[in-house]
Amino acid sequence: MIRLEKRPQPSKVWGALTPVLAVVATMIAGGILFWMLGKDPLEAIRTIFWDPLFHETFGPYSRPQLLVKAGPLILIAIGLSLGFRAGIWNIGAEGQYIMGAICGAAVGLAFYPSESILIFPAMVLAGAIGGWAWAMIPGVLKVKFGTNEILVSLMLVYVAENILASVSQGLLKNPDGMGFPGSRNFRDFPAAYNTDLIEGTGMHWGVAAAFIAVILAYILLTRHMLGFQVRLTGEAPRAAKFAGVNPTRLILFCLGTSGALAGLAGLFEVSGPSGQVSIDFNAGYGFTAIIVAFLGRLHPIGILLAGLLMALTYIGGELAQLMLGLPGAAIQMFQGMLMFFLLAMDMLSHYRVRWKAPVAAQEGAK
Amino acid sequence: MRVLKSLLATAALATGLAGAAMAEDKTKVGFIYVGPVGDGGWTYEHDQGRKAVEAAFGDKVETVYVESVSESNAEGPITQMALSGADLIFTTSFGFMDATLAVAEKFPNVKFEHATGYKQSDNVSVYSARFYEGRAVQGHIAGKMTKSNIIGYIASFPIPEVIRGINSAYIHAKKVNPDVQFKIIWAYTWFDPAKEADAAKALIEQGADVILQHTDSTAPQAAAKEAGNVITFGQASDMSDYAPFPRVSSIIDDWAPYYVARTKAVMDGTWESVSTWDGIGAGMVGIGDISDAVPADVKAEAEALRDALASGEYHAFTGPLNKQDGSAWLADGETASDYGDDGLAGMGFYVEGIEAEIPSN
Repeated sequence: MIRLEKRPQPSKVWGALTPVLAVVATMIAGGILFWMLGKDPLEAIRTIFWDPLFHETFGPYSRPQLLVKAGPLILIAIGLSLGFRAGIWNIGAEGQYIMGAICGAAVGLAFYPSESILIFPAMVLAGAIGGWAWAMIPGVLKVKFGTNEILVSLMLVYVAENILASVSQGLLKNPDGMGFPGSRNFRDFPAAYNTDLIEGTGMHWGVAAAFIAVILAYILLTRHMLGFQVRLTGEAPRAAKFAGVNPTRLILFCLGTSGALAGLAGLFEVSGPSGQVSIDFNAGYGFTAIIVAFLGRLHPIGILLAGLLMALTYIGGELAQLMLGLPGAAIQMFQGMLMFFLLAMDMLSHYRVRWKAPVAAQEGAK
Repeated sequence: MRVLKSLLATAALATGLAGAAMAEDKTKVGFIYVGPVGDGGWTYEHDQGRKAVEAAFGDKVETVYVESVSESNAEGPITQMALSGADLIFTTSFGFMDATLAVAEKFPNVKFEHATGYKQSDNVSVYSARFYEGRAVQGHIAGKMTKSNIIGYIASFPIPEVIRGINSAYIHAKKVNPDVQFKIIWAYTWFDPAKEADAAKALIEQGADVILQHTDSTAPQAAAKEAGNVITFGQASDMSDYAPFPRVSSIIDDWAPYYVARTKAVMDGTWESVSTWDGIGAGMVGIGDISDAVPADVKAEAEALRDALASGEYHAFTGPLNKQDGSAWLADGETASDYGDDGLAGMGFYVEGIEAEIPSN
């Protein structure tokens, strides 16, 4: 008989192992799924996880793409992880991502076709402020009126989507676009274009910012008082209170930081890979980043790896559709499984599995 | 571990080589879809076109596709397709325009075909269908059939193609029923069953007993069926599962002849960058069977209208027509031109009588 026993402390070993186990379990379950669809499971798994990196034809293109896709995921997830650690749930990163993109792009487009080198830094600043301000709405509502930040931040995603639709067809619409919605393309605006720092590597400013965010978050959490307060609030809220943590400050800090980082991610995306403000500019990075944050165990290094892995499944997934004719929905299911297995296996870090004969059976045997 | 790595590398190399070898004999044709192939509408019909290419050339072609590609993130899949050795790539949504041109620049030897766009280059053709001809037939039936005189319209994005459709449907509904009124909801999606169902329900609640749609799912048909007294038209695909009622007819996109012809051109080495805009006459737009729910006389009129559009003896935009603001557009007997100021290609205004505004214009 299997029994679950709650551990006094979550196991560190299992905490580190479960993401790896979840990936393996996803590969197995995904392989079965692909097999049932009539595809060779090993080939499918190889196409998703191996070919984007090492295939001689696709590799040279996919490797840089990996950074392009992982950059925004990591940047957003790092911000979210701070709040998640302290029990502050910003679910609306997608909205902050959109608002960052709109604000940043608007600043850039306002100066079209200037060639000043100050434009891009100004856009970056505006992007961060846009995301920060959008996250401050649930923040201020929470500290002033005790509203639930999960609900408010999530609902603001839909508001942001509508603002995006509106500016794509109005305020930021390309005046030379023959009436079609969508802003000017930043590719045609060199001073504001977020291009590769080193040609052909995919390494644009957003990816650089993601790496910097990982390092800063690591230092913050391990070396800084504020980081200690974040961790303490999450792990022992009562102790945090006694230790003099100011909850208002912490809430505003966590929401503001995650909003600013999401806004930055949006700005780097709109001025680079995506290239223009359009009605469906947002592609779900803000939501996927939540998975990335948890897959990375809310740890900066973990998030870095998880972001790269998630990006790999996106690129490999497209490749699998193309090369093996796997349906798009099967790829989405495969990504969903990853989250499912991760949550399921979380049990192992919080509980101990014990084999025990039931007491009644033992007595009956006497 | 090293053995495993080299094994895998060999395997990868082998499949890569096999792919390259195959590409030499076969013409590889790729398709980038905005929705799932099972949407029952827009993407479904493009995929039927892909199957027609396979049927027409058998072993001589290989077709591949990637479905549900995000319009803001299309460069990746298009590039991968070009890398995989595709000779001809169809990108089948307006939003793929800039991405198609960007990739085409990097692959000058691959031919690209972009649906419904307006940017052409040496290796990028554009093609679209005159769906507005089908809208004229739809408008005629709708105007005759409505009892509440309120026609609901689920629009997708405020781009010229959609605005043309609304205008054409309105003009022809108004012609047979001067009291008709259009209620338009913008869904901002090409395919989202939940949003489309909500829009249909909202329109029905506002009294609409005809629903026209420029979105691709069958959700509005389902909502109409539930309401019981509302008629609909299949969009992009016949949607005959909902015939004879609520679906009374449909506009069918038939891409097959075009896809087959363009594939043939690549095989023969005669492919050139062109701009194609075909209608009912060329068979790119089809009018689905008009069901028995429509009275026989209305059906006969609608079919006559269809035939007049096909033969070119009647143009769907024939004056006298004014713009919404009352200013003159087309004089008596004048027909709209395709391009230029106030041309159909960049249409950004409603015709007189529509009581709505194009968002943010």
